[in-house]
Amino acid sequence: MIFGRSERGKPPVEPVTLKILVAGGFGVGKTTLVGAVSEIRPLRTEELLTEAGRPVDDVSGVEGKHTTTVAMDFGRITLREDLVLYLFGTPGQERFWFMWDELSEGALGAVVLADTRRLEDCFAAVDYFERRSIPFLVGVNCFEGSARYPGEAVRQALDLDDDVPVVLCDARDRESVKEVLIGVVQHAMHHAADHREPVIG
Amino acid sequence: MSTDEGRSHWFDDEAGPVVRPYAMTRGRTTSPAQHRLDLIAVVVTEPDAGDVEADPTLSPEHVAIVGLCRAEPQSVAELAAEVDLPIGVIRVLVGDLVHAELVHVSRPIPPAELPDESILRDVINGLRAL
Repeated sequence: MIFGRSERGKPPVEPVTLKILVAGGFGVGKTTLVGAVSEIRPLRTEELLTEAGRPVDDVSGVEGKHTTTVAMDFGRITLREDLVLYLFGTPGQERFWFMWDELSEGALGAVVLADTRRLEDCFAAVDYFERRSIPFLVGVNCFEGSARYPGEAVRQALDLDDDVPVVLCDARDRESVKEVLIGVVQHAMHHAADHREPVIG
Repeated sequence: MSTDEGRSHWFDDEAGPVVRPYAMTRGRTTSPAQHRLDLIAVVVTEPDAGDVEADPTLSPEHVAIVGLCRAEPQSVAELAAEVDLPIGVIRVLVGDLVHAELVHVSRPIPPAELPDESILRDVINGLRAL
């Protein structure tokens, strides 16, 4: 019944796909940020892990549990028919960091979302992206009721390199999140230019 | 899920899936046909894929993937969310379909090289225009 379909209409466009990661501590607003700009309700994708060889977990009471699930929330922005940007929220728990390696492969860049009341929650993410020289910016999510700190204070507290942008943002606000994402791409462009020159020269 | 009341009446999510996910791949965790598919690799149904429902070698999950990617190319991550299976399972199933020449995969830009500066400019302009 589907015979002859290929003659009808154009073949579907195969878009170029890019991804930006959204990292930060638990409850800092990663999924909110993704949802503010995504054209789809943030989707959840899961991976099963076997618990074998993980003696560090206390499994008393749940001895029957041999697998665990890592969930990642992601959103999609179709910029053009042939250009699609995906946003991936990274799994919060530190023991799922091997998932980050897969997520960050080929990523354009990253947003580290920070809450000034618990800045220490994003140390690990900053450290991760610095070590792998993945371009990132720090978005300070301005929660209502949290004291506003100037970007410079956050930069010092996180001991960021001078070229890492720090922006104040509101993860619920679409315009604000757009600016954050534009900032990441611009930073990635500069980053690429800096890293390409020595190779050419 | 509330959309499927008839089923949720019988199955208890807390007890885990009735069919273990990797049973659908007959225990395989990798597919020999291809290397690891990126989460944003795009799966496209071949135009001449034909009536896959009549193919006895395909599971319902295979058929679902072919159908979804026929209407619109889908990323591996989207397929995992739509078909509601772990990414590892989707990778194996897509590998089967590539082997059967029912779909092909367009790979994202290789990780080693950043996308072209013109693409990055397009991304910035696209975001501004949202």
